[in-house]
Amino acid sequence: MNKQKIAKYFGFKLVRFIILMIAVAIFSFILLDLSPIDPVSAYLKGAAVSEAQRQILQQYFGTNVPLPTKIYHWLLDLIQGNLGTSLIYRAPVIDVIFEKFTASVVLMAISWLLSGILGFILGVLAGKNKGSWIDKAVKVYCYAIQSAPSFWVGMLILMVFSVYLGWFPIGFGVPIGVRSTDATFMEWATRLVLPTLTLSLVGLAPIAMYTRNELVQVLSSDYVLFAKSRGEKGWDLVKNHGIRNILLPAITLQFLSFSELFGGAVLVEQVFSYPGIGQTAVAAGLQNDVPLFLGIVIFSAIFVFVGNLLADISYYFIDPRIKESEFND
Amino acid sequence: MIRKRKADDKRQWFLYSANLRTKTLVIIAISILVIVSIFVSGYFIRDIPSNFASANQMPSLEHLFGTDWMGRDMFQRTIAGLGLSIMVGFIASAVSTCISVILGLFSSFNRVADEFVAGIIDLFGSIPHILLIILVSIMFGGGVYGVIMGVGLTHWTPLARVLRSEVKEIRTKEYIHLAENLGKSKVWIAIKHILPLVVSQIIVGVILMFPHAIMHEAAITFLGFGLPPHEPAIGVILSESMHYLSSGYWWLAFYPGVSLLLVVLLFDLIGENVEKLLNPETAQE
Repeated sequence: MNKQKIAKYFGFKLVRFIILMIAVAIFSFILLDLSPIDPVSAYLKGAAVSEAQRQILQQYFGTNVPLPTKIYHWLLDLIQGNLGTSLIYRAPVIDVIFEKFTASVVLMAISWLLSGILGFILGVLAGKNKGSWIDKAVKVYCYAIQSAPSFWVGMLILMVFSVYLGWFPIGFGVPIGVRSTDATFMEWATRLVLPTLTLSLVGLAPIAMYTRNELVQVLSSDYVLFAKSRGEKGWDLVKNHGIRNILLPAITLQFLSFSELFGGAVLVEQVFSYPGIGQTAVAAGLQNDVPLFLGIVIFSAIFVFVGNLLADISYYFIDPRIKESEFND
Repeated sequence: MIRKRKADDKRQWFLYSANLRTKTLVIIAISILVIVSIFVSGYFIRDIPSNFASANQMPSLEHLFGTDWMGRDMFQRTIAGLGLSIMVGFIASAVSTCISVILGLFSSFNRVADEFVAGIIDLFGSIPHILLIILVSIMFGGGVYGVIMGVGLTHWTPLARVLRSEVKEIRTKEYIHLAENLGKSKVWIAIKHILPLVVSQIIVGVILMFPHAIMHEAAITFLGFGLPPHEPAIGVILSESMHYLSSGYWWLAFYPGVSLLLVVLLFDLIGENVEKLLNPETAQE
């Protein structure tokens, strides 16, 4: 019974995923097709060719066919895993994305974890001591950081830690003159610290605010009043009645933040010139590398979908109340 | 919560003791005044004189935010950039509002329309926002126009989601059924019976849209899309100051960023206070 339900759940999710991906693929393709970018000119990069050669190229790329045919070809290639060749890197798009995404995933995963844990702790501290200086400090910090552009925060951190204190190198994934495959682990790690710090500091604001507000609400509820009258107090009270209630929605919220995480990574990678997917996306956009940009859009959509799916699963499988209601069915 | 509010009321406020409503209105008025003055002065600042004799100066009384490598006054550039940002924010919010109102009302027609609107919202939500803006601005061929459209065509999702759920609830009301039975058209019902009920949500949604639009405008120009390097947009100023970070010219990046932060906070403040006034639960305090 239960297994069947899970299978049905995942089947439903899979169908949704496929429909969404096709929609994203078609949508982004149409948008880029409507743009004034001419793929042949972007490929030639201003090289002088005769009209006949240009037509051969158009034939080869298939740019002079009607839009539905183009979309059909694009979807067919997409299903076979063929995303074309990047114009900047002169390599298959799928390889470029794979290489850059791994670099970014390390950055995003660490900052995701850090921002979640730090944000939750700060939120609990603020909520427990409502109205105290710690609460006010957390609130002011969260408001300010949510209104500050994340790339500017990155620049400030870069100024303080790299330029004034000189603790960390200014940007680049590996030292100048060293191939990325030859870099030692430490060289890699020191360059990861500042982008991670920026992303975590920016990302902890929503989770801290959420946790704080929820905890304040829980602590003013009737059952906490009852627990207080039984003599529970201090940290035990928060641990037994507060954290259990808040942790799950907080985790779900953190999973739902994958989209903002990606957006933050794009900007932060640009500031620290970290060779990840975000910097590649910006380069592809600026230099009219249509195949690479389309590929990145699709992979980022998959990334966001996975985040939403994990949020759903965490709700579905961890929350005891949902399980209970299933047994009652 | 209650205790705190009482304490606030007893305290003398500024010149006289005002009630919460007056305070809220005063806060809104001052914030709007500041933003309008930034916008207007930003509009009139054209051709900031460059003076190589006073290049790269620290902030002083003469140059509040210091000067850049061409000796231009950073305060003037920042104000001009903020004016540009506010303008982009205005246009983008207008475009986004139109889209979300149309989609929200369209979702009231029938089940298929509702599913269609939900699908579009999902589609726009499934691509990371910054990539979506880049995508749309590329579609419009870049430039100022591309940036405005990119920011404007992608910020409607939260408001549309709110409107859709509101409309869903309103549609079950009896007078809607009555109007349908009387033979009124769907468009008539949407405009006469549903739109007036969601106006307050629309107003709050629009004001809360502003800060997002301005931040994304700064981000997208920072990345190098759209505006040419000589245009004093905040994003362009910040990306230019990136080159001077290692030289220690901190004021080039610090002050424009702080000003942007303050403008965004002002918009947030206006949004919160307007919401306080429009929400019937808090309006009577």
